[in-house]
Amino acid sequence: MDAKMNNKEMLAALAAGVAGLLFGLGLIVSGMADPAKVLGFLDLAGAWDPSLAFVMGGAIGVGVIAFARARKMQQSLLGQPMQLPAATRIDRRLILGSLLFGVGWGIAGICPGPALVLLGEGERKGMAFVVAMLAGMVLFRWLESRSRHGSQS
Amino acid sequence: MHIAWNSFTPGGALVGGMLIGAAAALLVLFTGRIAGISGIVAGLLQPPSRDTGWRVLFVLGLLLAPLLYSAITALPAVHIDAGYPQVVLAGLLVGVGTRYGAGCTSGHGVCGLSRFSPRSAVATASFMGAGFVSVYLLRHLAGF
Repeated sequence: MDAKMNNKEMLAALAAGVAGLLFGLGLIVSGMADPAKVLGFLDLAGAWDPSLAFVMGGAIGVGVIAFARARKMQQSLLGQPMQLPAATRIDRRLILGSLLFGVGWGIAGICPGPALVLLGEGERKGMAFVVAMLAGMVLFRWLESRSRHGSQS
Repeated sequence: MHIAWNSFTPGGALVGGMLIGAAAALLVLFTGRIAGISGIVAGLLQPPSRDTGWRVLFVLGLLLAPLLYSAITALPAVHIDAGYPQVVLAGLLVGVGTRYGAGCTSGHGVCGLSRFSPRSAVATASFMGAGFVSVYLLRHLAGF
């Protein structure tokens, strides 16, 4: 396997770095890097803070234009293949997984993006969350490979 | 339900949201990739390949955003009321759930809804619904 990147791949990686930076700034500016604010949105029965809906609105408003353009492109502006999701299936995995994610999101008010920003801020609980999240991802992969082996035998 | 007017910040939320949308736009238009953070992170748990570089830099960008922000102005305060056991349990659930459901708030929520994907709409409704119920049970029934 060749791990070396050519010039275009290097530029694409750089663009990804800028995108990550912009994404993180957006999370901070929008207040979504503060778990208490996210929980304020999820707490419908308490003092409800609708801010998260405005964040989604702003992001999707820009996103709709970008993805409409992306759909028509044969390759990215830096010549990379367009890798838009092909999956359309709505199944048990999608719903059960999203429900599990939502329960975890509701417990601490942290989802993957803000978790990384919190880690970058040096928040210890952010670090604990990221380590646990990575462990959960590894655990999932292990469970998957086990069940796949199981179904083969 | 009543609106928390004191903590409601529509302006910052809208501008921050547009920055997030711009980040997703930049990534898809220049690299052809979806800004789904759980997926990008999970890809880093695979053996290194040609696909590793852009993922590392995207995550690095997220990690360095607070540093850049604090160079311009003071970072807003952060409140994590959950204790360590809850934070760890939450992290585990988010890790397993986002892989099983193939996405999180960014991949399904922002990018999926921007693509008008019914699959992502179902995922978003599921995790938001579960988030609402989870907070209701913890705050108003269990009293955390």
